Amino acid sequence: MTNTEAENKKNSLDLDTERVNLNFGPQHPATHGTLHIEMELEGETVVKAIPHIGYLHTGFEKLGEHLSYNQWITLSDRLNYLSPLCNNIGFARACEKLFDIEVTKKCEYVRILLYELTRIADHLVCVGTAVMDLGAMTVFLYFFEAREILYELFALATGARLTTSYTRIGGMMRELPDEFYDGVKKFMADLPKVMNEVETLLNRNKIFIERTRDVGVIDGETAINYGLTGPCLRASGVSWDLRKNSPYSCYEDFDFDVPVGERGDVYDRYWVRMEEMRQSMRIVEQCMEKMPDGKVNLDDPKIILPDKDQVYNSIEGLIHHFEITMENRGIKPPVGEIYDATECPNGELGFYIVSTGERNAYRLRVRPPSLINYQAFPYMLEGGMLSDSVAILGSLNVIAGELDR
Amino acid sequence: MSDPILIIIEISKIAMVFGVLLLGAYLVIIAERRLAGFIQDRLGPNRVGPQGLLQTAADGLKLFMKEEIFPAKADKVVFLMAPAILLIPAFMMFGVIPFGDKIVIFGREIALQVANLDFGIIYIFAIASLGVYGIVLGAWASNNKYAFFGGLRASAQMISYELTLGISVVGIILVAGSLKLPDIVMQQTEMIFGIIPRWNVFVHPLAFILFMIAAFAETNRLPFDLAECEQELVAGYHSEYTAMKFALFLFAEYIALITSSALIVTLFFGGWHLPYIENLPISDFVLQLLQILSFVLKTSFFVVTYIWVRWTLPRFKYNQLMNLGWKVLLPLAIFNVLITGILTAVF
Repeated sequence: MTNTEAENKKNSLDLDTERVNLNFGPQHPATHGTLHIEMELEGETVVKAIPHIGYLHTGFEKLGEHLSYNQWITLSDRLNYLSPLCNNIGFARACEKLFDIEVTKKCEYVRILLYELTRIADHLVCVGTAVMDLGAMTVFLYFFEAREILYELFALATGARLTTSYTRIGGMMRELPDEFYDGVKKFMADLPKVMNEVETLLNRNKIFIERTRDVGVIDGETAINYGLTGPCLRASGVSWDLRKNSPYSCYEDFDFDVPVGERGDVYDRYWVRMEEMRQSMRIVEQCMEKMPDGKVNLDDPKIILPDKDQVYNSIEGLIHHFEITMENRGIKPPVGEIYDATECPNGELGFYIVSTGERNAYRLRVRPPSLINYQAFPYMLEGGMLSDSVAILGSLNVIAGELDR
Repeated sequence: MSDPILIIIEISKIAMVFGVLLLGAYLVIIAERRLAGFIQDRLGPNRVGPQGLLQTAADGLKLFMKEEIFPAKADKVVFLMAPAILLIPAFMMFGVIPFGDKIVIFGREIALQVANLDFGIIYIFAIASLGVYGIVLGAWASNNKYAFFGGLRASAQMISYELTLGISVVGIILVAGSLKLPDIVMQQTEMIFGIIPRWNVFVHPLAFILFMIAAFAETNRLPFDLAECEQELVAGYHSEYTAMKFALFLFAEYIALITSSALIVTLFFGGWHLPYIENLPISDFVLQLLQILSFVLKTSFFVVTYIWVRWTLPRFKYNQLMNLGWKVLLPLAIFNVLITGILTAVF
């Protein structure tokens, strides 16, 4: 129906209709954080949606100009707070590129292991909450229970559930404990059961399919134009995964597939995430098998802090310790600028660092996947129903911590 | 009605139904939370009292002491009345449901039903439609957009599904030839081929499925809880309600849940009828008590089904709800009436 026809029909009925402005958020149960969407509704149909950001401003990028590189790792935890280890590793990799350092093979493997486990943890929450927004509470709790095991494991390795801050430039904070590997093995055995249970609840559920099929559709070309990355892009049929397309770290050593959707709707995004968890499990299993011997940290006292034992008992150790930690010293990169990106659970997480040779960056810029994915939200929603807004928002997995850095 | 004992009996029946419903709602709230915990692989409230039985009482006390908040531009009178408008019909509906056969105490024959109206089923539908006014008025008076959307959804949903609810029962009325609920139950006490009880669920299976779905929609439970819908509409029609007014909404929901379970049992599962034991050598009084127990158990079964479904399924979307109501359920209900009518005329 064209506009004039609709106008005529409206006039002939002589109804006085009015559009309703609805402020969806910033305090709203479905926004998972502080998102604010200004919607214009005609009945239940969303005519216009304007997402607002700025409710969780953190100043991470500005702080990057004042904190040293190793100090900023603690802030990267808080970027996407559902995948802190991915942010740690991504930033450490960017710094190593800037410093022009090669980390040990053991370190790469440990990082990949943690990266893929974090991807599983992130997807568990994303799928769980996305489905909860459709009204199925039970799935959410099944997945949260599985994630809880992972978080216990992270706490075992890093000492914290969320604020992991586990990487250092040139290595990790410490070696992974042996119990960690046992825990991962047990988790790998349990996870397929939980996933099968959830798929039994959802995959052939008529209500779930009707709520998600052909909702929030975005085709491949539009998705690329919006700059979508990660599962949201792959759901639209574009096979783009940095782990495959520009392999970094040791990803070439592993055998895994990149699941690609067809229609680019909410269901495909759900499906891609579920399949990615399976692929991540494959990588984790291979990683555990092939785990090389050796140390995670570089044997370079100019970059890595010496053991406390050396600091207290030898003059060299004490000097190295002070050289790295003192305010007016610290590890200094060469002058230059770099961009480095990793495939984090939500898409491409990039860091752009400009260095003038100081201990802190001249400019530190983060390319957060959530912010850029969020831009496509109005495109996906407009013309849909009010109920679609929560389904689409859940499938995009917008994390407020990444929106305003 | 001049007989004073009769009046006492009637009043005590009303008091009993009222009390049992209140107690039932209390228990269903705990059952819901514990069962949800069981389904979701967690514990649920188990600290207050044995097995958490006093949890609802503690929550009730808490709600009782909460501050009464009226939104700034709310219509205070309507805002205050709305929970009551929802709650009273929920109680009234139970008045015509027979929860047992006639029982003889001290030589007096007492029908176990508050009121045996000639137009029992019609009365139930009439009262059930009243309930939605509580939701719509409460939503309207709150002066809140989320509540307003909840109210709109509730009214559209009730109108759509009441049709199915009503028409799906027409077949039963045709066969039973009576609008009185005790007559419908009595008719179900027969046997088919001497083995299967002639419960309406076996005679009108399609009507049962339609009625069950429509009853879910009528009670505003998931997958049809669009009026509440916490993920989109915060808390829907009762977003602005606090303290006891909120508790009344909650109570009304659970009483409606019990009533609609009881209605399903009465119409489709033989009400208080307990098959196979009529010929056993037990006294009439014991038999009647067993029948009341069977009614309670059957009703509990459906209450549990309601809870089970709620924690398993996702929620419908508004347009899907309308499609299902008007394009699937209503034609099926009319088709069912047609078939039943033809068969009744032929045999």
